[in-house]
Amino acid sequence: MRLLKERGFIHRTPSEITPSAVYHARREWLQRAALGLAGTGLASFAARDALAQAPGKLSALPGARSAVPGALVMDKATAYSDVTAYNNFYEFGTDKSDPARTAGSLKTRPWTVSVEGEIKKPKVYDLAELLKLAPMEERIYRLRCVEGWSMVVPWVGYSLAELIRQVEPTGNAKFVQFTTLADKAQMPGLRGGSLDWPYVEGLRLDEAMNPLALLGFGLYGEVLPNQNGAPVRLVLPWKYGFKSAKSIVKIRFTEKQPVGSWERSQPSEYGFYSNVNPQVDHPRWSQASERRIGEDGLFAKRRPTLMFNGYEAQVGQLYAGMDLKKFY
Amino acid sequence: MNRWLAHPAAKPVVWTLLALPFAWLLWGAVQNTLGANPAEALIRSLGDWTLRALCLTLAISPLRQWTGWHQLLRHRRAIGVATFAYGTLHWLAYAWLDQGLEIDALLKDVAKRPFILVGTLAWLLLLPLAATSFNRAIKWLGGKRWQALHRAVYVIAGLGILHFFWMRSAKSNYAEVIVYAAIIAVLLGWRAWGGWKRRQRAVEPSIKLSVHRAR
Repeated sequence: MRLLKERGFIHRTPSEITPSAVYHARREWLQRAALGLAGTGLASFAARDALAQAPGKLSALPGARSAVPGALVMDKATAYSDVTAYNNFYEFGTDKSDPARTAGSLKTRPWTVSVEGEIKKPKVYDLAELLKLAPMEERIYRLRCVEGWSMVVPWVGYSLAELIRQVEPTGNAKFVQFTTLADKAQMPGLRGGSLDWPYVEGLRLDEAMNPLALLGFGLYGEVLPNQNGAPVRLVLPWKYGFKSAKSIVKIRFTEKQPVGSWERSQPSEYGFYSNVNPQVDHPRWSQASERRIGEDGLFAKRRPTLMFNGYEAQVGQLYAGMDLKKFY
Repeated sequence: MNRWLAHPAAKPVVWTLLALPFAWLLWGAVQNTLGANPAEALIRSLGDWTLRALCLTLAISPLRQWTGWHQLLRHRRAIGVATFAYGTLHWLAYAWLDQGLEIDALLKDVAKRPFILVGTLAWLLLLPLAATSFNRAIKWLGGKRWQALHRAVYVIAGLGILHFFWMRSAKSNYAEVIVYAAIIAVLLGWRAWGGWKRRQRAVEPSIKLSVHRAR
């Protein structure tokens, strides 16, 4: 019912409504005009102020406190304004301030997720169905970006395992592949050739079944802002952030190990597993420490990164006996 | 324009303008308006301003020729020193805010990220130029030698662009790199073209002379 809020106020006649294409063209024109007048620096400065919304602007999506072990870390949550203004979502630009500025063009309704491959019950799920598939839980997870910064985010969603159980994987299903929306009309970043689109990520089936693997629909008690991967995304707190695919349109169960977009672009730097591991450096920088966004002051030292981002007790057994230097 | 540029107040105005980005960043750091990752924002902005000041320094000579505003030369030193100042702040911000001023961490990081080595090299090359930026140094070195030394700025420009390109290659985001590289290419290309023409002019008479002798 809360989702009705998104439809906006009631118009007397449909003709009074500005077509969204016209509306967006106007907005784009205004943004360009602002850019031309004030220069990039000033415009982005002004845009940041306008976008620093407090929670309350989006539809509420409450979740009960999760009972899953490890799902509620004690760390102080990162401010909503930082969580929603500092994002890596290349479909909306490579700068971390780009998505908050440009993701307004993403249309999250209607939205479907095609679940297919090695399963007994393939199905195209409507977002409304997914939202009702299992009770929503609040989970406060650490998020560690491969670039060396971290946040603490109160997500809303449920274990991916809930969905997997419904579609009944066959004996051939060994891996799960997630595909992000790739639509040039909605995603200005697709024009840049930094990665192959659509964005693809993958997990081993047992990783996907781990209760910490979250199918996320919201954060801070509200539906996901577009720049955070609306309307549905993956959240894998023990892996580097890029493994958590955003704005998912397809989930495919496979026998062969899928190749993620980052793995494809730079196999020596981004492995299939990409578990947070302070002992295995990225070839071009150290992963031993991290900067906690919004909390560590300007002159504070970086804090040490934890094995599996602090979730070793929950996920360590998934990788028992594996050489993590080889399977990075 | 030349009269304005030669006005006694022009120098303080130029100094103030050059200090404004720093003041703005400092204010942002104090007011905490530099975004979610202020350390990163500071380091990157200081790098941007180093590159901008460098472009401006290199633009003085071509601008003089194109516009006839010869009094611009009075301000080149200030802009050059500002390049060094922003470069120093950029390096210090990296060493302090990113690496916590730990030599061990610094060395490890530089080994991991060679683009930092290139940037550091560019900054080290700026040191002798900054150290000889006062009149007595020019007299002491002699104009010719001073000028030869300060031609190192062309190498510094190349290293600066390489540093920026390498840093941005992580995200294959070259839009800004291309803009700066194009500006520097034009500014250095103008010099190379001028030098080539001067050599042509110098060579031509000697060719004529040798032809003459052959007869």
